[in-house]
Amino acid sequence: MAWWAWAAGLAAAASATTNPWLLALLAAVTWVVVQACRGDGSWARAFRLYLWLAAVTVVVRVLFRVLLGGVDGGHVLLRLPEVGLPEWTTGIRLLGPVTREALLAGLYDGMQLAVILLAFGAANALANPKRLLKSLPPALYEIGTAMVVAVSVLPQLADSARRVRHAQELRGSGRTGRRLARLRGLRRVLVPVLEDAFERSMALAAGMDARGYGRTGEASAAERRTTGALLLAGLLGTCVGVYGFLDTTTPRWLGLPMLALGAGCAVLALVSAGRRVGRSRYRPDRWQPEELLVVAGGLAAGAGLWWVADAAPRVAHPGVAGAPALDLAALLVPLTALLPVLVAPPAPTVATRQPAGPPAGRPRAHDVHEEVAQ
Amino acid sequence: MIELREIRFSYPGHEVLAGIDLAVEEGELLLLAGPTGVGKSTLLGVLSGLVPEHTGGTLSGDVLLDGVSILGRPARDRAADIGYVGQNPAAWFVTDTVEEELAYGMEQLGLPAATMRRRVEETLDLLGIADLRHRDLRTLSGGEQQRVAIGSVLTMHPRVVVLDEPTSALDPTAAEDVLAILTRLVHDLGLSVVVAEHRLERVVPFADRMVLLQPDGTVLVDVPEAVMAHSPVAPPLVELGRAAGWSPLPLNVRDARRRARELRTRLDALAPAAEQRTAPGEPVLTARDVVVTQGRSAVLRGVDLCLLPGRVTALMGRNGAGKSTLLWALQGRLARASGQVRVTGADPHTLDGAERRRRTGMVPQTAADLLYLETVGAECADADADAGAPGRTRAVLDRLAPGIDDETHPRDLSEGQRLALAVAVVLAARPPVLLLDEPTRGLDYPGKLALAGLLRELCDAGHAVLVATHDVEFVAGVADTVAVLAEGEVVSDGPTLEVVVESPSFAPQVHKVLGSPWLRVDQVTAALATAGTA
Repeated sequence: MAWWAWAAGLAAAASATTNPWLLALLAAVTWVVVQACRGDGSWARAFRLYLWLAAVTVVVRVLFRVLLGGVDGGHVLLRLPEVGLPEWTTGIRLLGPVTREALLAGLYDGMQLAVILLAFGAANALANPKRLLKSLPPALYEIGTAMVVAVSVLPQLADSARRVRHAQELRGSGRTGRRLARLRGLRRVLVPVLEDAFERSMALAAGMDARGYGRTGEASAAERRTTGALLLAGLLGTCVGVYGFLDTTTPRWLGLPMLALGAGCAVLALVSAGRRVGRSRYRPDRWQPEELLVVAGGLAAGAGLWWVADAAPRVAHPGVAGAPALDLAALLVPLTALLPVLVAPPAPTVATRQPAGPPAGRPRAHDVHEEVAQ
Repeated sequence: MIELREIRFSYPGHEVLAGIDLAVEEGELLLLAGPTGVGKSTLLGVLSGLVPEHTGGTLSGDVLLDGVSILGRPARDRAADIGYVGQNPAAWFVTDTVEEELAYGMEQLGLPAATMRRRVEETLDLLGIADLRHRDLRTLSGGEQQRVAIGSVLTMHPRVVVLDEPTSALDPTAAEDVLAILTRLVHDLGLSVVVAEHRLERVVPFADRMVLLQPDGTVLVDVPEAVMAHSPVAPPLVELGRAAGWSPLPLNVRDARRRARELRTRLDALAPAAEQRTAPGEPVLTARDVVVTQGRSAVLRGVDLCLLPGRVTALMGRNGAGKSTLLWALQGRLARASGQVRVTGADPHTLDGAERRRRTGMVPQTAADLLYLETVGAECADADADAGAPGRTRAVLDRLAPGIDDETHPRDLSEGQRLALAVAVVLAARPPVLLLDEPTRGLDYPGKLALAGLLRELCDAGHAVLVATHDVEFVAGVADTVAVLAEGEVVSDGPTLEVVVESPSFAPQVHKVLGSPWLRVDQVTAALATAGTA
């Protein structure tokens, strides 16, 4: 939970700026924290995947800028033949001159997206997604489980892809044309991996079902309707409220009050739904000061950069014309997200999970099952 | 307590269960047996409520719990009464650590925290896994995982525990542990346990009653001795009993030994027929002092092995002893930290993929990973194209598992047929060395017999075969030599008979009853037959 809040802070920070230096700094901070604090679970290895994803995002953003052109004027780096398009596509043009400004704008945009992605990747690598479930309100538990299963698929896919790739090396590649070979290569890994993933998820679903997941509590139809209505009202209120809050042209009363009303309804709905859920928690996680500090680190970075964006827009959103400016305050802000490196509780690893000290002998198994038997 | 009435279940165009009546009594261990693919898992699914909800198909009849119909209740609502442990526990784990997994079911039931705490402690002790409580589930060995899976349903205090092949992936010792726990549940706690198993030799002695599911979808229910008299799947002890004409049939080694006094004296004068083997040539694969490390820990520490053409070698050892690692190192994919591997004169690790395949064929643990096309015909054609020999794969396949339609999808094949297809695909390149990783998983007795026949045939054609397996009886049936691996070292190595005599946990049942040199039932019957005619 703490790590997700920390990552949300980082993502907020990234969305507040397009300054490449700041973004690069944020990415570096994320990487350092992940390296320092992650455990040895399979989800911890997923970060590399997110690094790749982030890199691809940047490249794709820049390519799109080249492909679609768009910015007129500026320093032309390369003249590509422009593709003529019919009249009605005014405003869109394919290829054409590539300017430095367009490239840089694409690069900055891409980096912003990439850092947001990295932040979530980091949360995924640092926090065991299954622990997150324990902190959800009971009414959201089922949706939460579905999401956690979806999130934990990625590392599993990586595992089974590795296994299948090794297995496929054991048979030949067939004797078809060179060009088809690559496509087939992809397919021969993909088909077994997807089948495997599908079978795994079916097995997991059966396993959860067989252990009572999704039992409906005793709720009357009226209760269910009330919960539904409250939830709907809450969603609607929140949507309108957010819109009113962000769009300055709407009347004042549509903003904060609606947001509060919506949030209130949503909380009521959750409580009402939660009351009829017959589920309990085994050893719930409690918030420790260390975790609060982790959250504080992330949120401080987020809030700090929003403040920078407000106070020094030239630093947060540098134009593409000249070299991006920097100041000391803006540089220090992302570094606050490094706080977890110092304070985070050690991640559980195989080594730390071993019982501390010599095992205290097996407690009289004999007595215990007599007790169970009664 | 639980009663099935007139249960019929069918997929479109194929009836699986045809009118089954069955009652599970309080405190009994019920063993469910039958050939592969006959519907054992389906029947267990009907009990637990997962069928038809998770599988599709149409179900009719009724399931009663204490006289009340629970047919309409989904698995999640039955969980408090009927605990179900599936075939592959690793795929079933929802949480990450042992303790959380044990608590998961109780959380769903909404039990108070104090009760959960107490039951977790009780269950940890009952299963002897208290020292594993904080471990990551994925780092556990197969036997430990199976025990945790059983524990995770026990904490809900069900009245019946249903298990689908709980020992099929386990080494002999771990399987014994799991079975001991099951009997303890029945005898000490008075639970009812329903188990489906392939490898009957382990479970039959513990079973109170036995359910034989027949290919026509009906069942035969009786005490094990009576059911075994007609069963098409039978452990070696029963086969021996049938051959010797004992009645009632012996179900455990002790009974058989007492009964066999007379047979032993008759056999004393005889010896198993010498097997016709061509003299082995030069070793085709030699491994010397192979060390493989993963991270900082050594998985293999100086393994020596050599494979002769025309010989089957079995590789045995605990789960996690390094068997798969050794196979991959011999195949050449895995880099060695030190040591030497030579396959027909070359180091396979330095060769490219195609050259490696021409020397060593390998069937990995999940044979399905090899297959990716839509039809069996396409798979064969693809393998042929690679080997440059049209029709070769299909010919091998027809010998292994005749009568597979070209248009079948590989996923629709039975476990044994899929294995046969994978072997055929690998053999298309005619490698002199064949490595198989756990090929007997999910095969019934006839399936294993067919596989053994195939391996012998390959040997006669001059291939060298190495099989990693847990299955003691299979090893007795097929292997010429056995190597036992422990902690990454070869701890014993030699002719099957010698290795088997050294270690009681690796001895096949026939050997336990009759002593050396007898390993298999067919040796005994052949010897008796020749003595009778002579």
